Amino acid sequence: MSEISIEDVRIVPQSMPDNNKPSSAGPEKNVKISARRLEFHYGAHQALFDNNLDIITNQVTAVIGPSGCGKSTHLRTYNRIYDLYRGHRAAGEVLLDGKNILEPGQDLIELRRRVGMIFQKPTPFPMTVFENVAYGLRLHYRMSASELADRVEKALKGAALWDEVKDKLDHPGPALSGGQQQRLCIARAIAVDPEVLLMDEPTSAIDPVATAKIEDLVEDLKQQYTIVIVTHNMQQAARISDYTAFFYEGYIVEYGPTKTIFTKPTQKRTEDYITGRFG
Amino acid sequence: MRPRPQTGRKLADLAVKVLSGVFAAVALLLLGWILYTVLQRGAAALNWAFFTELPPPPFMEGGGLANAIVGTLVITALATLIGVPLGLMTGIYLAEFGSHSWIAGPVRFVVNVLMGAPSIIIGVFVYGLIVLRFGFSGYAGAVALAILMLPVVARTSEDMLALVPNTLRESALALGAPRWRVTFGVVFRAAKAGLITGVILAVARISGETAPLLFTAVNSPFWPDSLGEPTPNLTVTIFQYAMSPYTNWQELAWGASLLITAFVLFMMLAARFVLRTRSI
Repeated sequence: MSEISIEDVRIVPQSMPDNNKPSSAGPEKNVKISARRLEFHYGAHQALFDNNLDIITNQVTAVIGPSGCGKSTHLRTYNRIYDLYRGHRAAGEVLLDGKNILEPGQDLIELRRRVGMIFQKPTPFPMTVFENVAYGLRLHYRMSASELADRVEKALKGAALWDEVKDKLDHPGPALSGGQQQRLCIARAIAVDPEVLLMDEPTSAIDPVATAKIEDLVEDLKQQYTIVIVTHNMQQAARISDYTAFFYEGYIVEYGPTKTIFTKPTQKRTEDYITGRFG
Repeated sequence: MRPRPQTGRKLADLAVKVLSGVFAAVALLLLGWILYTVLQRGAAALNWAFFTELPPPPFMEGGGLANAIVGTLVITALATLIGVPLGLMTGIYLAEFGSHSWIAGPVRFVVNVLMGAPSIIIGVFVYGLIVLRFGFSGYAGAVALAILMLPVVARTSEDMLALVPNTLRESALALGAPRWRVTFGVVFRAAKAGLITGVILAVARISGETAPLLFTAVNSPFWPDSLGEPTPNLTVTIFQYAMSPYTNWQELAWGASLLITAFVLFMMLAARFVLRTRSI
């Protein structure tokens, strides 16, 4: 997606949820993840209130809002990574293909194979480039060495990194540049064949050129994966997302097609944030 | 308001500088003195026979401490085999698994107390626990040294594992790795240099210990048949020979002192080297 013009706005179907009803991008669409009455608690502190959101399959959904509004917290319920910490607790429902993953019996290993995650700071493991990508593959699949090599190559190509690292597969992953490290993390995530990719401000620690590469990559990746991306960068949300959710103080204030959110927001607070009046 | 006079402050500054400098010099001087004496007296005793022959009778020339060198190496190795896994697992529990549980605090406190426990008490403890039942043995000595290693390894490994950023754990978990694989496959690699350093420092810590061995392995002037009997070792040899009236034994004690000092120095340097090399 490039520039947003007034002409575009007229043809975009509008679906304007208000604060308290389930946010929907359109019932006829193919929904991958639905949050229903989702709450989140950090010990005694409640960070999310009544979040309702439908993430559409094979689309890029951007999550925007000022710092501390609950964007990352919301994202981190989709793969239950918050489980690592004591006192972090989600209530309500997160439905992945209709099944509530917040259920206590949920197999977290299988969930996290299906829902990959990219973090703000690149986190290459302290091992070689090859081993970084092979790590997840070895966790979830049994395969021959040659098949493993093929899958690693495919994942690195998928993350647009292969040409840069094909001669240094045995170099340490942390020795790559920041942008390369982040694409290595994307390769590592897509290697295990996930259905959803969660990106938590994936470009905020990376220079503009590398950011552009990752934005292009997101555009390609959405053919195969459902992508949810948290970003502080409004231009980035406008450039790469199909849908945008605006979070404020733990509530989802507005959700809809990105063009609509950025040109004709229904909520005053959304408009104020997008036009830079606060946040 | 008027400015305070500067001369007083400058004088105080100078006094503190000089005083701290003098005391630092005294500390360095003492260390240098010890090292010089050990080197000078010990070097005279170190020769081929020292490393290959058994201890001589009093007043006889020649002979060496080959049995004690081997005994110390074997006891230290066995102690490392027992103490390092125990200490590592304790550190892992404190840093990775038990950090939220109520028991982590008491465990950490006990580890700290154990770290400060006088080694002679550990020796007496193992004497009561093992020696009274099975007699003096190298095994008992290794157990006593292992107990001394445990808190050192546990504390350093906990600290080193705590230095690994949580984002690394999260990214491994986010790939679907179970917690134990995150710890051993990813966090361990990230903390590798620190963990090795902790082990080296723990070995250095025990290699000069005498008191725990005095009650357990004791000593012997012969080649050990097994660790099930009193086992020759360098530190107790130093203790006994240095106190003896025989000059040839005293010389051997100087040689053993130099050997242990050099070993500890080597371990310290190795630890610094490992910590500095940033492996992947």
